[in-house]
Parts: sequence; structure tokens; C-alpha cells
Amino acid sequence: MSKIRVNGEEQEITLPLSLGELIKQNDVSQPNMVSIQVNGAFVFREKYDETSVNEGDEVDFLYFMGGGC
Amino acid sequence: MDFRADQIERYSRHILLQDIGVEGQEKISNGKVLVIGAGGLGAPVLLYLAAAGVGRLGVIDGDVVDVSNLQRQVIHFTPDVGKPKVLSAKEKIEQINPDVEVVAYHEFFTADNAFDLISGYDFIVDGTDNFPVKFLINDACVLGGKPFSHGGILRFEGQTLTHLPGTACYRCAFHSPPPPNAVPTCSQAGVLGAIAGMLGTIQAAEALKFLTGTGDLLTNRLLSFQAKSMHFRTVTIRKNPHCPVCGEHPVITGLHEAEQAACELKKR
Repeated sequence: MSKIRVNGEEQEITLPLSLGELIKQNDVSQPNMVSIQVNGAFVFREKYDETSVNEGDEVDFLYFMGGGC
Repeated sequence: MDFRADQIERYSRHILLQDIGVEGQEKISNGKVLVIGAGGLGAPVLLYLAAAGVGRLGVIDGDVVDVSNLQRQVIHFTPDVGKPKVLSAKEKIEQINPDVEVVAYHEFFTADNAFDLISGYDFIVDGTDNFPVKFLINDACVLGGKPFSHGGILRFEGQTLTHLPGTACYRCAFHSPPPPNAVPTCSQAGVLGAIAGMLGTIQAAEALKFLTGTGDLLTNRLLSFQAKSMHFRTVTIRKNPHCPVCGEHPVITGLHEAEQAACELKKR
């Protein structure tokens, strides 16, 4: 098992793992609508499946929030 | 600026603050803030900026007050239903603080009027309810070199980020608007009324911090909260070299009309 942090909280994962798979494991309801930073750098949405997660990575899922009315 | 005795008294709690004082209150009183949207976020922003004595408050909104707005848009009262939101807001602001000059624009923020509107203000607050306009505000402020506060709310959650020229922008994190209807709006998914107050007051505080040069703004940081757990989190957002508007090779160099209207607008 390897440890990473997702949205600031520690998670144990089994490598190898892609960002796309990590999204699924985290039950993100709209995977194509989440903006992801890995170690402070944004990853293009089209690259989620080909981007590997590594031990110690800090992953942030950022969600669209469009309300205000 | 020389404050009258009644103004010294009115603003005494600001003046007492070491970081603000008379000088800071002068900056607030000389400040010009444009609030885009007089709805859930715009309401608390306008109320607090009015009370703080911001010199000129611009408010733009093409809508009229609907009874379903009253659950959270606390600047509008029951007798205001049917009245343009900007007029309803202007009336309240003038009652709260006659020192404030209110400029009411009964129209929507568009690619055509964006630069003209923001040019007369020091700080812009996004209180809109749909992605195309949020991205339009971002692009107008980035290209026009204006500081602004982004705000978004949904259900029990909120997020906000402050942009100053040269810091990360909304597109650095979110690139481009989601497809229409991919992400629900408050009118589709609902929002706890007080969430609008929680986020709007953060935006108002950012505007006042900006005007007075106090503290550290929410630049290069996205603050988000989940009110069900009352969990607040700040994520560092770096300026994105691939950002389409402020990156190294920008593809957005002008403003384009928002292609997706808010669902409430579509109904009309």
C-alpha cells in the first residue's frame, strides 16, 4: 500500500494507479467536471487516464460551483 | 477627506481597528466597488459594503425580485417582489448609509458592456449565478487589469478566490465553463440560504481588505467550505502556465458573449 493525500486527507492506494482510477475510487459523481491539481500543478482533463499517481502525491479535487443567485 | 462628527461615530468600530483607523476608513470612503448580481451573494456583499461606507457602490442585475429569492437574498423584502433587483438594493443601501453613492445598472453583464462597467471601479465582486458570466467576469478583469473576487455556492458548499493582476485567475483552476446543465445551479439543486451569507460576507471582507490594504487576500488560494461538516479548506492555486487567458500563450485576448444563460433566464 502507498500513501497519498487527497484534498488534504491521507489515503492508502495500490500502485500503479492512474488519476482516472483515483477519481473512480473516490466516487466523484461527475469525473469530467472535476479540476485536478497534483502537487500544485493542474493536469489537463484529457490526461487523467494516462497520468500515474505516485507515493506521497498531494492530489486536490476542485469542483465547479456556479451558484450565487 | 474630513469626516463629520456623525461619520466618525458611524465608522468608529473601523477607526478603532489598528489595521484600519481613520486612514483606512478614508480609503473605504473613497473606494469604488462593482457588485455583479444583486442576488444571494450580492445581497450580503452590498449590505456590508454599504454599512462600511464604500464611496461608490455599483450594482448590476437585469432581473426583478421573485418570491423564491427571498429565502436568501436578504437585501430584498417581501414588498419588493416584481421590482428590479437593482432598485430594491439601491433603496436599502441608501437607508443603511446615505454616504454611499449607488449606481444601479438594470441590465446584465455582457461582453459588450463589461470593460466600460469595470473601468469605473477599484474592485469587482462576482455574485452571479452561472458559469458563462463567471468566466466573462474573470476574462474582463484579467484583461482589464482589475482585481476581483470570485464566488460560487451550491447546496451546502461555497468557494471563493481573489484575483489581483498577476496572481492566479479563475481559469487557472477551472480552464473553461462546463457544458450547459453538466453542473447544477442553485435553482436546479437548491442552496441553503445562509450559505449565500457565509460566502458573500467573505467576499465583502476581501473587498474591504483590498481597499484598505489590510492583511493577506485570498490570492493564489481557493477557499472552499462544506457547511454540513463546517469543514473549511484552502488550496494553493498557482498561476497556471497553460491558462487560456493569463498563461504563457493566451488564446483568449478579447471578450466573447456568454453562450449559456442561467436557467432562470431561459424560462423567460
